[in-house]
Amino acid sequence: MSIDTSKVATSNSSAAVAKKPGRAGVVANWADERLGLGTAMKKNLRKVFPDHWSFMLGEIALWSFVVLLLSGVFLTLWFNPSMGEIHYEGSYDQLRGVAMSESMASTLDISFDVRGGLLMRQMHHWAAMLFIASMMIHLLRVFFTGAHRKPREMNWVIGCLLLILGTLEGFTGYSLPDDLLSGTGVRAADGFMKSIPVVGTYMSFFLFGGEFPGDSIIPRLYTIHILLIPGLLLALIAAHMLLLVYHKHTQWPGPGRTEQNVVGFPMLPVYAAKAGGFFFIVFGVCALMGGLMTINPVWKYGPYDPTKVTAGSQPDWYMGWPDGALRIMPGWESEFWGTTWSWNVFLPIIVLPGLMFTILLLLPFLEAWVTGDKREHHLLQRPRNAPTRTALMVSLMTFYGLMWAAGGNDIIAIKLHLSINQITYFMRAAVFIGPLIAFMITRRWCISLQRQDNEKLLHGYETGVIMRSPEGGYSERHLPIDTAKAYALTARDRDEASYVAVSTGDRDPNGLAAPAGRGSKLRGRLQTLWFADNIQKPTAAELEEAHHHAEHEAHGELEGVSADGHQFDGHHAVEGETLRGDH
Amino acid sequence: MRLLNRSAGRLSRHRRGPLAGVVLLLLGLVLTGSLYAAFAPAQATSAESDIEQVEKGRELFLVGCAFCHGQNGEGILTQRGDTQLGPPLAGVGAAAVDFQVGTGRMPMAQPGQQAPDKAPVYSQDEIDALGAFVASLGPGPAVPDEEEYSIEGLSADEREEAIVRGGQIFLTNCTACHNFNGGGGAMPRGGYAPSLHDTDPKYIYEALLTGPQQMPNFSNGNLPPEEKRDVIAYLESLRETPEYGGFGLGGLGPVSEGLFAWLVGIGGLVGFAVWIAAHSTRSTKKKGQAA
Repeated sequence: MSIDTSKVATSNSSAAVAKKPGRAGVVANWADERLGLGTAMKKNLRKVFPDHWSFMLGEIALWSFVVLLLSGVFLTLWFNPSMGEIHYEGSYDQLRGVAMSESMASTLDISFDVRGGLLMRQMHHWAAMLFIASMMIHLLRVFFTGAHRKPREMNWVIGCLLLILGTLEGFTGYSLPDDLLSGTGVRAADGFMKSIPVVGTYMSFFLFGGEFPGDSIIPRLYTIHILLIPGLLLALIAAHMLLLVYHKHTQWPGPGRTEQNVVGFPMLPVYAAKAGGFFFIVFGVCALMGGLMTINPVWKYGPYDPTKVTAGSQPDWYMGWPDGALRIMPGWESEFWGTTWSWNVFLPIIVLPGLMFTILLLLPFLEAWVTGDKREHHLLQRPRNAPTRTALMVSLMTFYGLMWAAGGNDIIAIKLHLSINQITYFMRAAVFIGPLIAFMITRRWCISLQRQDNEKLLHGYETGVIMRSPEGGYSERHLPIDTAKAYALTARDRDEASYVAVSTGDRDPNGLAAPAGRGSKLRGRLQTLWFADNIQKPTAAELEEAHHHAEHEAHGELEGVSADGHQFDGHHAVEGETLRGDH
Repeated sequence: MRLLNRSAGRLSRHRRGPLAGVVLLLLGLVLTGSLYAAFAPAQATSAESDIEQVEKGRELFLVGCAFCHGQNGEGILTQRGDTQLGPPLAGVGAAAVDFQVGTGRMPMAQPGQQAPDKAPVYSQDEIDALGAFVASLGPGPAVPDEEEYSIEGLSADEREEAIVRGGQIFLTNCTACHNFNGGGGAMPRGGYAPSLHDTDPKYIYEALLTGPQQMPNFSNGNLPPEEKRDVIAYLESLRETPEYGGFGLGGLGPVSEGLFAWLVGIGGLVGFAVWIAAHSTRSTKKKGQAA
């Protein structure tokens, strides 16, 4: 066997030399040799994220937080968090000469005498509204798709903490200008604290440095707003995202997607571009809203004065639902040992939010306890495939939404020409009945959708082609759905596989006497309810039989031509297809 | 002198002419008549027309108002006797009539929690006649003159002070129901404080003076006329001030702001998220290839 040596170099007159690195390469190399970035980046720049619009909701929160940091720094340059009294002498005519705190005056200066100040103020405020709103829709997405399950429970907890800290950050922020509306809010907060039995008054005096309003509350809120809570938020956001990287992102089931892999695009260049671009979009939306839509026109509210109040005194939207609870609460009070216990304030505004927040924090743990599911989950569930969970969140949302509406009862009354009293009476019942109805409807709705999925798997999709038999009977033709879709629909567990049955009686599933305490009895009952009436996906045998049936039907197809246009039903590749009329 | 003498001579030549007496008589009558017209006490004629106006008002009242307010404005109780079909009107004054009828609140289209403002039914002359009739039932506040609620006559500095003072009075006394922007607010049992955005200054003044429906009465003892004027000046200044922050979103406070944050902000951003996710890495889709 001869070797062709004609292509082999006959001399080695010149040694192989590395090409001279480009300028970027030089810089990168310099940095890598000193910081060791290459090793860290190598992996993370290639990190894969799955693609779906709903995975970008948390990103809105992240980017609006960046907008908050940027615009917030701008505002601190001119804001003066002092309750010292001065007479306003700025550009706004209607308040010139009026006595107000320096914080209010500097807010007016930012609005009217600092270039770009009003835009920054409004951007900051709109971004704050969007920050909390996007955290909430992100939370809903996570829960509805089952992304809170093991191993992501702690990230759920961190997310909940971010939500409550964001809410507090918002409250401390909109209280700073010391205008009539925010002052009313601070006064209300003082009242809420004082409604706490025994310690309330002490807490209020501690926070305000004496009786309300004193002159330390604004500087204290300022420190909390620009130092304490932002620091905590930053730390928790970092932890949230580190855990996201550590756990890897969840993905929708589909061909090639398993619990062990992530199918998607790499960080660089795809997600760097998509996420970076999304930042500019969020920034742009905040800037447009700040530039075009008035928010918190403090100059119209005027400085805070305890003798004044304005109709439509509501908190920002995220504090609206406890305000609604407060508005519809009957005026219950008791007297014990010469002290007044204001249940009418304490229950709706201290106990209820605390209770709701605890429920929110515990949701993943409660679900895991009921189902007994201790497996890791990286594939998402469609909301319909966990009917009870979906219904539970919808009923919580209904409760929230009704309370929220109750918080705007006066605006609803004037805009819809209703009686504010009737709205109150309606809401008192609706906040209890509404969530129950929502639970039942959602649950049955999900189960119906499961049933429809099974129909599609077993009998195919409805083509819209109507067939007439020789006897004159009509029927609609069904065609099998394509394999990828069928795979995605069947890529879910049967319920039997997804929980560890708890004994409800004397025997556990293995026939052994169960160590049944009261807890496990309750747990068993809840477990039965949790999975009751769910529709299971068809078995392999059922699918097989359905396919045979479909084939059989296809062979026995009637002669003839189906009506034109049905080929464009969205279930087929339509390359080269035309309407017959085009020939 | 000569000229004068000559003309005097010319006049005196006709002194004894046959028409002299008639001309003199005519001159005297014209002069007396015009002097009387110029200097006659005005009351004499307006008293005459006042009576006519009251009579005209009474006739209008009997047709349009007496059904609820009674033929002599004494008010009518409902059948159960616990509420008024229409309240007695003695002492409410022409200002109340001008406000209620002028803004279309009266006559009411139907009984209800509150009479809404609508297109007025009567002309201003008829409203004045009705006012004159109701004022004749008992002494009450009269329709204000324009100088009472206008700051036109003040200097620039005084005007600015009036506006600032009016703003503080407005925030102290009015915003609790009418909201910081004068946009209106809810009152118990379906009542409401109406929006003041387009209300005529005269009607604001009259409303302050007479306290219509659920509104408290800000008598001149409580709120002197100048302070009423200042409140009106502040509200007018708000109308002239541009919306510095952009669209006002209804001027209703945080509820409408929250609504826009969700609909425009979150709605728009979720739309963008869908758009971004819908675009895969390929810039152009090749034929026959799924996205």
